[in-house]
Amino acid sequence: MAAIDTGDTAWMLISAALVLLMIPGLSFFYGGMVRVKSVLNMLMMSFGALALVLVLWVIYGFSMTFGSSYADAGYLGDVSQYFLLNGLDNTEAVIGTIPATVFIAFQGMFAAITVALISGSIADRAKFGAWMVFAGLWATLVYFPVAHWVFAFDDFVATTGGWIANDLGALDFAGGTAVHINAGAAGLALAFVLGKRIGFGKTPMRPHNLPLVMIGAGLLWFGWFGFNAGSAVGSNGLAGLAFINTVAATAAACLAWIAVEKLRDGHATSLGAASGVVAGLVAITPACAAVDTSGALLVGLVAGALCALAVGLKFKFGYDDSLDVVGVHLVGGLVGTILIGFVGVDTGLFYGAGTEQLVKQLIGAGAVLAYSFTVTLILGKIIDLVIGFRISQDEELSGIDLAAHAERGYELTDNTFGGVLNSSKGA
Amino acid sequence: MKLITAIIKPFKLDDVKAALEVAGITGLTVSEASGMGRQRGHVEVYRGAEYAVDLVPKVRIELVVDDAQVGSVVDVIVKAANTGKIGDGKVWVVPVESIVRVRTGESGTSAL
Repeated sequence: MAAIDTGDTAWMLISAALVLLMIPGLSFFYGGMVRVKSVLNMLMMSFGALALVLVLWVIYGFSMTFGSSYADAGYLGDVSQYFLLNGLDNTEAVIGTIPATVFIAFQGMFAAITVALISGSIADRAKFGAWMVFAGLWATLVYFPVAHWVFAFDDFVATTGGWIANDLGALDFAGGTAVHINAGAAGLALAFVLGKRIGFGKTPMRPHNLPLVMIGAGLLWFGWFGFNAGSAVGSNGLAGLAFINTVAATAAACLAWIAVEKLRDGHATSLGAASGVVAGLVAITPACAAVDTSGALLVGLVAGALCALAVGLKFKFGYDDSLDVVGVHLVGGLVGTILIGFVGVDTGLFYGAGTEQLVKQLIGAGAVLAYSFTVTLILGKIIDLVIGFRISQDEELSGIDLAAHAERGYELTDNTFGGVLNSSKGA
Repeated sequence: MKLITAIIKPFKLDDVKAALEVAGITGLTVSEASGMGRQRGHVEVYRGAEYAVDLVPKVRIELVVDDAQVGSVVDVIVKAANTGKIGDGKVWVVPVESIVRVRTGESGTSAL
């Protein structure tokens, strides 16, 4: 059994915690963008997904993702192999150069945030219970298998891993396909299942708290260093390369987004700056270990500009992807994944390596997109038919926070206008 | 007695309040308001989606004064709130039937 490297272990412990922090960060990023009456529901969709997916992860998710492929086919890991982290939940087991427990914790955060990302497309209108049912089933039917395809390398955890990582050989360092294209395609499908918010495209749906959006974007960027540089699964040069590319691309994307806004709309907005940051982070995620500095800057610039344009598509085509999961995560994920085929050092078209890697990238991206969209659409429709996915019109108009959680996000005055304590349950 | 209601630009509140104090007015009520008039609103843009915001933030001042003071108080407000630009607001006066001071039960002009 390989020896534990303490430096690697320390960095991966920190990385796991950094990726965890992205989820409250994401919930602030999303929460600030909705109206006052739905801020808590937006936060709760992320926190609910986080709690549920992590429980599923330690029970069977890790095994479905990193267990040996059934029939060596590369589609799904063996559920029984590491069920309840069998054989790994001790102080001795090692994966790579770090304790198995640390690797499991780190990868579990990826599952949780991918599910949370989807919630942005169905703001203001999804039953909380239906969302939680969806979150658990989607993690099981879509994330765990797709993460197996992309993240399970042969002979790293189990002997046989996933088809995209091993057979196809598409490059996805930290999850452009498994996380962002996956969540983006699912967000699009769910926007179709739930339909538009009442008044979409007519009444103003202005972000109620842009400073909260900026805090969220800042926390996401901070946590993303764990996401990308942590994906080196070691404290080494690869982590450093991923780190600096996560700096360069994100900054470039932020500039590109606000430049597009300045030219098109007349003003550089704070929401644009925050969105540009996230678009850059998304796009550099798959590419952060495959490109050099010029490649990272290009990925960032293209992602920032394209995503700034893509967020307008929902009005053109009439689907209500409320917080632009498609425009930012699907488009950004595609940009980063596909650009590897052009600017990937030694493998890309611009390096004279031909189109071989580009084709692999396209197949990987297309497969994840198609699988996620199709399964999500079917799953969403079934949930809608069986328990109903959407709150009532009255509840939506008066606000989902009250309807789903019996709370309001802000109490900024002592003038409560008629509040009285009825009863107090609990100990 | 008359109720004077003034709708003014929010940043003029301090000037108006100071001028009223100099004029001997000791009590008034202020609330935030939104309104539309000849002043156009503004445009806000969020991820490229443009919203025309046509209700403009204003401050509403209300005070009840003795009949004899009405003319001078209105003049004081109008002078202090004036910027000469569109959107300066309006001041109007309506009669008040009765008034009571809650603490003492006094009524009429002694409650002012």
